[in-house]
Amino acid sequence: MTGILGRKLGMTQVFDESGKMWPVTVVEAGPCCVIQVKTKEKDGYEAVKVGFFEIKKEKKVNKPLKGIFKKAGLNAYKILKEFPMGDLKVGEMITVEKFQKGDVISATGISKGKGFQGVIKRHNYAGGPASHGSMFYRAPGSIGASSYPSRVWKNKGMPGHMGSERVTVKNLKIIDVKADRNLLLILGAVPGSKGTFLEIRKGV
Amino acid sequence: MNMIGAIEEGFKRDVGEFNIGDTIKVFVKVVEGDKERIQPFQGVVISRKGSGTRETFMVRKVSFGVGVERIFPVCSPNIDRVEIIKKGDVRRAKLYYLRGKKGKSAKIKEKEIISE
Repeated sequence: MTGILGRKLGMTQVFDESGKMWPVTVVEAGPCCVIQVKTKEKDGYEAVKVGFFEIKKEKKVNKPLKGIFKKAGLNAYKILKEFPMGDLKVGEMITVEKFQKGDVISATGISKGKGFQGVIKRHNYAGGPASHGSMFYRAPGSIGASSYPSRVWKNKGMPGHMGSERVTVKNLKIIDVKADRNLLLILGAVPGSKGTFLEIRKGV
Repeated sequence: MNMIGAIEEGFKRDVGEFNIGDTIKVFVKVVEGDKERIQPFQGVVISRKGSGTRETFMVRKVSFGVGVERIFPVCSPNIDRVEIIKKGDVRRAKLYYLRGKKGKSAKIKEKEIISE
């Protein structure tokens, strides 16, 4: 599996060779530096820890992290994530060149926060009729009968906080790779607002 | 710095200037099998909307008594070229009122070109 860390820049639309228009999300992905290589013998599993988005000011790095970067002899990075990848050494850079046009990927990020929402927006409840004397508009309705189950089922959809959670969108296609500017153009939408950090993995 | 602007810049193209109410001929590239040919579409520009690479224009014509409208992206690579047949003199930015009109009332006044 190939993975890379990126940052969502926004959406636009592009034309392909046949003149067809596609909606794309522009993601600034990499270069990601390999911070640590985990091995089966030492850690029990194989993975690489990569860093993305360099921290320029030294005082913004806390002491424990500073030690890790200093030991590896690398610059400090804001985002650290692990990917199960092999054949990499500490200090190596992962760039968008690992991805190609037409690759199927999945994107993981923190979705936009929606605040406290009702059941219609949060759980796709239907709600009631708007007119003809209806007095039942956006309420959840009955949440359980009195004789059975005589309680509320677990995981019953109720109003509450929505969004700001980790979301993965699968089956996204790469429309174009701009290696000179570290950009990936991904067909369709990905989680989060502009500036959201994303994990991009090849394959579904 | 603006990466999205830089991407859009690469798709920008100039198809010539035309306005709402102009009668234009759009030469559209059509692919049939492995052959490509050019098909003209002549009609009145009844709207232009959007900006940058997202801008589109709508062309309306009446073909065998049936109104046909096509929307083209201004930057579409499928447009070979655009020819202006007639300049129209209109007071509106969107000529949707033409849809309900027939014959003489659907005619657009031609713009008089003032020579200096």
